[in-house]
Amino acid sequence: VSIRGTAFIAGAFEHPARVIPDKPVAQVHAEVAAGALADAGLTFADVDAYFCDASAPGLGPMSMAEYLGLAVRHVDSTETGGASYIDHVGHAAAAIAAGSCSIALITMADLPRQPRAGFAGATLEWPEHAFEDVFGPTIPALYAMAARRHMHEFGTTSEQLAAIKVAAAHHARYNEHALLRDPVTIDDVVNSPMIADPLHRLDCCVVTDGGGALVVVSAEVARALSRHCVEVMGQASWLKHSGHGRVDLTLTAAARSGPLAFAQAGVTPADVDYVSIYDSFTITVLETIEDLGFCEKGRGGGFVADGALLSPHGALPCNTDGGSLCNNHPGNRGGMIRVIEAVRQLRREAHPELQVPDCAIALAHGTGGSISTRSVGSTLILGRGDS
Amino acid sequence: MSPQLPSPAPPVNPETEAFWSATTRGTLLLKGCRACHVIHWYPRSMCPACGSFDTEWIEASGRGTVYSFTIVRRGAPLAYAEATPYVVAHVELEEGPRIMSNIVDCQPERISVGDHVEVLFHPTGKSSALPRFRPAPASPAPAAAGDRGAHR
Repeated sequence: VSIRGTAFIAGAFEHPARVIPDKPVAQVHAEVAAGALADAGLTFADVDAYFCDASAPGLGPMSMAEYLGLAVRHVDSTETGGASYIDHVGHAAAAIAAGSCSIALITMADLPRQPRAGFAGATLEWPEHAFEDVFGPTIPALYAMAARRHMHEFGTTSEQLAAIKVAAAHHARYNEHALLRDPVTIDDVVNSPMIADPLHRLDCCVVTDGGGALVVVSAEVARALSRHCVEVMGQASWLKHSGHGRVDLTLTAAARSGPLAFAQAGVTPADVDYVSIYDSFTITVLETIEDLGFCEKGRGGGFVADGALLSPHGALPCNTDGGSLCNNHPGNRGGMIRVIEAVRQLRREAHPELQVPDCAIALAHGTGGSISTRSVGSTLILGRGDS
Repeated sequence: MSPQLPSPAPPVNPETEAFWSATTRGTLLLKGCRACHVIHWYPRSMCPACGSFDTEWIEASGRGTVYSFTIVRRGAPLAYAEATPYVVAHVELEEGPRIMSNIVDCQPERISVGDHVEVLFHPTGKSSALPRFRPAPASPAPAAAGDRGAHR
C-alpha cells in the first residue's frame, strides 16, 4: 500500500534547551507536544493518535496520553531506539491511509544529563547480555569496531571521518541553540582524546537533555491548515542483526531500508536535495550515506573529505542544524531531531546561510541500537508538498 | 603486557548453563544444528538459521582471527573502570561465528585486523570463566570437515 499523498507533517518542534535540571521528563514531553501543535495550528483536543517510544515515562503511551489529556483512537509505542520517530512517522502515515486517525502526535523527550534511577538491572535478562557486556564494550567501542573494519576493508582514514564533524560544526555555528558552536578543524578532531580507537572524542555525538515532537495529518487536514505541510513520500525500516553470529561491520540496515523507501517515494538518491543522517558517531554517517546509495560502497571517505556534506554547495548537504555531533542529541536518540531539520529545509526555514536552494526532496535516516551488533535503520523521504 | 582484566560473572540460566560450566574446564562450546548444520552464536536452544530445536553442543577449536577490535580508553563501564586501556574485539572463530571478547596478553597497539588468536579462560569465581583471546601462531591447515562433524 502506497502512503504517497496521504499524510503530511504539519507541525515540528525541537525543544530549545540542551540542559534541563528543573523539569521531569513528562513535562518536557508536554512542552514539545505543545510546540509542535502550535506550529501546526492545532490543539491537544484535535489529536486522535499518539506515538511515543519506550523511553517515555510510565506505562507505554497510556501514562503520557493521560498526562497530555489526549482522547485518541490509535496508539503506537514502536521502540527502535534512535530510529523510533522515523518509524513513527511512517506508521502514522499508514494509520492515516487506513482511516484509523487523521491527526497524529509524536513526542520524544529524555534527560540523560540529569542524575536519576535507571533500569540497568533489566539488561540481565537480555539474551545477548552474558556474551557481550561481560567483556566491557562501551557504545563508542561498538562503533569504533565498525570504523576499524571500514578502514581495513576500504582504506578509510581518521582524517576523512573528521570531515563529517567539521561539516557539522560549520553548520552549528549558525544555530543559536546548538550545544557546541565553535569551529572545528580536521586537526582538532584527530588530536582530540582517543575514546575507543580509532574514534576520538570529536568523532562522538553530544549528550543533551531535551526532546522534540511532530504532528502528522491527513491530506484533508493539511489542506485546511494555513501552515506549510510537507508530504510523507515514503518510509521503510530494516532490522539487521548478526544473523547467527556473522556480524558484518561495514554494512548497515540502511542498505535495505533505503531502497525500500526510495521505491515507495518513486525517487532515487540523485533526486534528494538535503539529508538528515543520524550521526551518533562520524562512522555512522559514513556507512549510512554509502548504504543509502549517495556514493559507492567504500568510497564514503573521499566523498565526505571533498566537502560533500557542507550546505548549501556540497554534493549532499547534511545535518544543517549541526546534527547530534554538535547541536542536539536528546535522550541519546537521534531520529526525532533529524526529521525536524528536514522539515525546516523543505519549508525553507533553515538558517539562510545553510538553506538548500529550492529544496524539494529531503531524506531523514535514523539508526537505533548499534551497527556493531543489532540495529534498526529507518529511512523517511519527505517532499516539499507544493503540488 | 596488560594486567589481567576484571572478570565479571555472567548471569547463567538453564539454556546457557552447559556453556558456562564448560568454560570452567577450559572448553569453548558452540551450538550446532543437527537439521541445517549451521553453527550459531550466541548459543541458543533453537537454531536461529532454520528454527529447529534439534541443536547440540560442539567443542570449538578455540582458534580464530581478529575481525575487528578497539582499544577502550575512556568511559569504561563500572566493572572495567580501573582496567583501561583494554581491547574489545570481534573474533572470527575457525568454525565461522564472530564473537565478542577481549584480546589479552599483548600490547593493544600491536594488534591488527586478521591477527591469529587463541582462546584462554579467566575464572569469574562463580562457576564460570570468560573466554578471552591472545595472539597465537597461524593455525595449522584446517582439518577436513569430516573430522569435526558435518557442521558448517
